[in-house]
Amino acid sequence: MKITIDNRTFEAREGQTVLQIAKENDIYIPSLCYHRKTGQAGKCRACVVEIDGMRGLQTSCTVAVKDGMKVTTNTPKVRGAQKLVIDLMLSSGHHDCLSCEKNGNCELQDAAYFLGIEKASFQLAEEKPADISSEFIIRDKDKCIKCGRCIEGCNNTVVNEVLAFGDRSSETEVVCDNDLEMKDSTCVQCGECVQLCPVGALIDKKSVGTGRPWDLEKVNTTCPYCGVGCQLTLHVDRKHNKIVKVTGREVVPNDGMLCVKGRYGFEFPSSENRLKYPMIKKNGKHERVSWEEALDYTAKRIKEIVDRDGPDVFSAFGSGRITNENNYAIMKFTRAVVKTNNVDHCART
Amino acid sequence: MTNSIGELQDAKTIFVIGSNTTEAHPVISYYIKRAVKKGATLIVNDPRRIDLVNWASLHIRHRVGTDIAYLNGIINEIFAQGWEDKEFLKNNTENPDLIRESVKDYTPEKASQICGVPAKTIKKVAKILAKNGTASVCYTLGITEHICGTDNVKTIANLQMVLGNMGKYAGGVNPLRGQNNVQGACDMGALPNVYHCYQAVDNPQVVEKFEKAWGVKGLSNKPGYKMPTMLRKALDGGTKILYCVGDNTVQSEPNMAHTIKELEALEFFVACDIFPTITTPYAHVIFPDTAWGEEDGTFTNSERRVQRVRAALKAPGEARSHWWVMQELAKRLGYDLGFTSSEAVWEDLRKTATSYAGITFNRIEEVGLQWPCPTLEHPGTAFLHKGGNFARGKGLFFKTNYVQQAEPPDKEYPLILSTGRRLWHYHTATQTRNSIGLENIFPEELLEISEDDAKKLGIKSGDLVKASSRRGEITLKAWVTRRSAPGVCWCSFHFYEACGNALTIDAFDPVTETAEYKACAIKVEKVKDGDGLPEGKVEWRQARP
Repeated sequence: MKITIDNRTFEAREGQTVLQIAKENDIYIPSLCYHRKTGQAGKCRACVVEIDGMRGLQTSCTVAVKDGMKVTTNTPKVRGAQKLVIDLMLSSGHHDCLSCEKNGNCELQDAAYFLGIEKASFQLAEEKPADISSEFIIRDKDKCIKCGRCIEGCNNTVVNEVLAFGDRSSETEVVCDNDLEMKDSTCVQCGECVQLCPVGALIDKKSVGTGRPWDLEKVNTTCPYCGVGCQLTLHVDRKHNKIVKVTGREVVPNDGMLCVKGRYGFEFPSSENRLKYPMIKKNGKHERVSWEEALDYTAKRIKEIVDRDGPDVFSAFGSGRITNENNYAIMKFTRAVVKTNNVDHCART
Repeated sequence: MTNSIGELQDAKTIFVIGSNTTEAHPVISYYIKRAVKKGATLIVNDPRRIDLVNWASLHIRHRVGTDIAYLNGIINEIFAQGWEDKEFLKNNTENPDLIRESVKDYTPEKASQICGVPAKTIKKVAKILAKNGTASVCYTLGITEHICGTDNVKTIANLQMVLGNMGKYAGGVNPLRGQNNVQGACDMGALPNVYHCYQAVDNPQVVEKFEKAWGVKGLSNKPGYKMPTMLRKALDGGTKILYCVGDNTVQSEPNMAHTIKELEALEFFVACDIFPTITTPYAHVIFPDTAWGEEDGTFTNSERRVQRVRAALKAPGEARSHWWVMQELAKRLGYDLGFTSSEAVWEDLRKTATSYAGITFNRIEEVGLQWPCPTLEHPGTAFLHKGGNFARGKGLFFKTNYVQQAEPPDKEYPLILSTGRRLWHYHTATQTRNSIGLENIFPEELLEISEDDAKKLGIKSGDLVKASSRRGEITLKAWVTRRSAPGVCWCSFHFYEACGNALTIDAFDPVTETAEYKACAIKVEKVKDGDGLPEGKVEWRQARP
C-alpha cells in the first residue's frame, strides 16, 4: 500500500504504524516512548500528527497505516502540540544538559532542538536524589520522562523482571522490585534499561565524564566472554587508548541485549597488570628479553628436543578464548612445522 | 547447537539440563524466559535450585550425575505410552529397535531409585515432552563434565530422536558453548584428531590434500594426544615441550596440585597469555599476547555463527598477535607459514576449508554467517539436520547405562562438590578481575551449602570454612543457601585464592577425556565464625547472597 507523509508518497506494509514509515524514510517526528524492541506504548504524546479524515491529532506511533492515508507532520497545530508536550516534559524534571552523559545522544534533547525549545517554561518538580547505589547504573529520577521503555525492556525483552512503575499520577516513578535501591534489588546489571532509555535517566556509571559521543570512536566487535557471541559496539577514547563504554548492537544473535560482563567488563585490555614483554626464565627468574631473543631461544629449544626425542614430545594448546585465525595458526604450526597432531584446547575443561 | 539461539523464544517446550543459563549464558536465558512469557513450558533439570527455576513450570532436582538413569526413565515411559514419533523412527533413524530395547530396564520406578526423582514426576515430564509440541533441549557442562559425559550427550540425542525433535525449528540438541570461541577452536582443528572443518588426520586423502596445499611432506597421520594425556605424559617423559596459548592450566584443570607437578616435569614450557596467571610462573618462556580489542579476526559462536572481532586499541608494550609469533617461530624452523595479517591467515585457512569455505571477512562485515557455508553464494545454515536428514544419513541410537560418579561420597568425605561459573566472573577471572566493578559485586569465592548440611555442621552464612578433598583444601566463606541440594556443595574456579579445582578429581570421560568437574567427594569444617554475608533485602537475589 501507499501512504503520503507531508506530500511525499511512501510504500508501506500492513500492520506498520505511521511513525515506522516516517522513521524508515528519515522523516523526523519527535517520539520518546516508542522503540522497535519495546513496541507501541502511546504514552508520551510527542509524536502527534494530523491525518486526513481523522478527528483531532493522532499519535503516529499507534495509528496503523491504511492505503491512501494522508499524514501531515508539520502544521502549526501539530508543532504547537508537540512543543507543549516536550515543554511540559522538560518542566516536570531537571533536564540540565551541560554535563549530562546523554548530551548529544538524547532523544528529548533532539526533540527540543527540533522544536526550538531553549528552556522549559515552568519548573514544576522538586529535585530528587539519584539512586547511585548499584555498581554500574545510575538512576537519575529528575531526568526520567516515564516513557516506560526501561520497564518494558526489563520485563519483556531481557525478562529480568525488576523494574516497574511505582506510585501514581505525578508521583509515578520507576522502581526496582518493591521500591528498593538498585543494589539491593534482584537487578543483575545487564544494562538493557540503560540502552533503551531515551534520556539521561539511566546512565552507565563508569562512563560518566569519560567523553562526549562525538569524541569517541565506535568499533563493532564480538563479546569476549561466553559462547553466545553477542555483537557489541566499543566506544573508544583513542587519545587515552581506552574503551570507555560498551553498547549492544541490535543484530543477531543478541538484538542489543548483553549481560553484566559483556556490557561492563571491558577494562581488562587497559589493565596495568598486562604482560607486556617477552620473558625468559634465567636462574629461576623471569627476565625481560627482546622478541628476537625469545623467538630464537624458543625455536632452538623446540628443535633440539624434537630432533632428540621425535615430534610427539611436543604438545600445543590452542584456546577457546583466542581468534579462529590464531587457533588455525597454532594448529598449522603444530602439524606442518613440528609434524605432530598433539594440538588441543580447553574444550574439554 | 543444532539450532539457532533466536529460535528458543518460539519454542513450545524447553528442557534445560545441566545448564545454569541465567549465569553462564545470560542472553540465551533472556530468549528462554521470553518463550515462557509467550506460554512455553520450561522444565529445568538441575540438582541446584538455579535462578532459571523462577521461570520454570517444573524443577527436577535429580541427584548429581544420574542424568542417564533419569533420561532413560523418560524414554522408557515415552515408549510405554506409545508416544514415540513412529514416523521419525522409521524414516530417519537406523536402529530404533536398539533404543526400545536398551531403555527397557529403566522403568520410571527403577530410574527413580537411582536419580531420586519420583516415578510419577518422571512420567509427567515424559508426557510434557511428548504432548506439548516440539521441545528444544539445552545443556551445558552439567552434562559433559562427568566421567559419563559422552553417554550423557548420547542419551539426550536418543531422547530427541525418539521424540522426533531433530531437524525442526525450535527443537534440537543444543549444547550452549561456554567460551567465546570454543566452537571456533574446534572448527579450526585445535583438536588432536582433525584439521579445521573436522577433516580427519588419519584419512590418507586428507593428509595428501594438506601436504599439497601447505607444501610440506611427512604430516603425521596418527591422532595426537588430548589435553589431559598431554599433561599426564609430562610425568613419564612422553611430553617434553608444552606450548600453551591462552590457557590458565593450573587453575582450570582438575586436581591443581597434580597439574602443578605435571607442569614442573616439563623440559620446556612456553606460556602465551595476556596476564600473569598462576600458570605463568612455571613457564620457561612467556610471550605477551594481544588481548580482545587489540586485534582483528573472527570468533565462532555457539550457534556456529562466524563473527568479526576488531582492533580498537593499541596493544601495550610489545604484545603481539599469536599468528605473528607462529610465523616467526616457523621461519626460524625453516618454514614460511605465509601469515602477514589476520585476514591473510583467514584466506589461507579458507583454501583448505569445507564448511567455512564460503565465509569471507567482507561477507561478515555487518552480520555473521552460520556454517555450513561451503560456497561464496551459500546463505549459511540456521539449523542442522533439516527434515530429519542427518549428516551421516540416518540417526543412530546408542545404548547408554548409568554409571556412578568416580568418587562417591563416603564416611570421610560425605559431601559432593560440584563446580562451575558465576554471573559476575569468567573462568579464571583474569579478565573480570582486571575490569572495574565486577569484583565489588562478587569479591570472593563462597562455598554454597544447603541449609540441612550447614545446620548439621553448625555453619552460618559468612562463616569461614575449610573444604577439603583427597587432593587438596581451600578456605573460604560459606553461603548457606537453598540453591544447594542437601548433600551437595558448590563453588566456582574463578578465584585462585579459593579455587574449586584444588579439590576436583582428575577422573575423565574415556572418550573425550573431559574431567568430572561436577562431582567429587569433599568434607567441610568450620574454621571460625563470621559476620554473615551482605544479603539482599528481597527473598531472593539473583546469583548472589
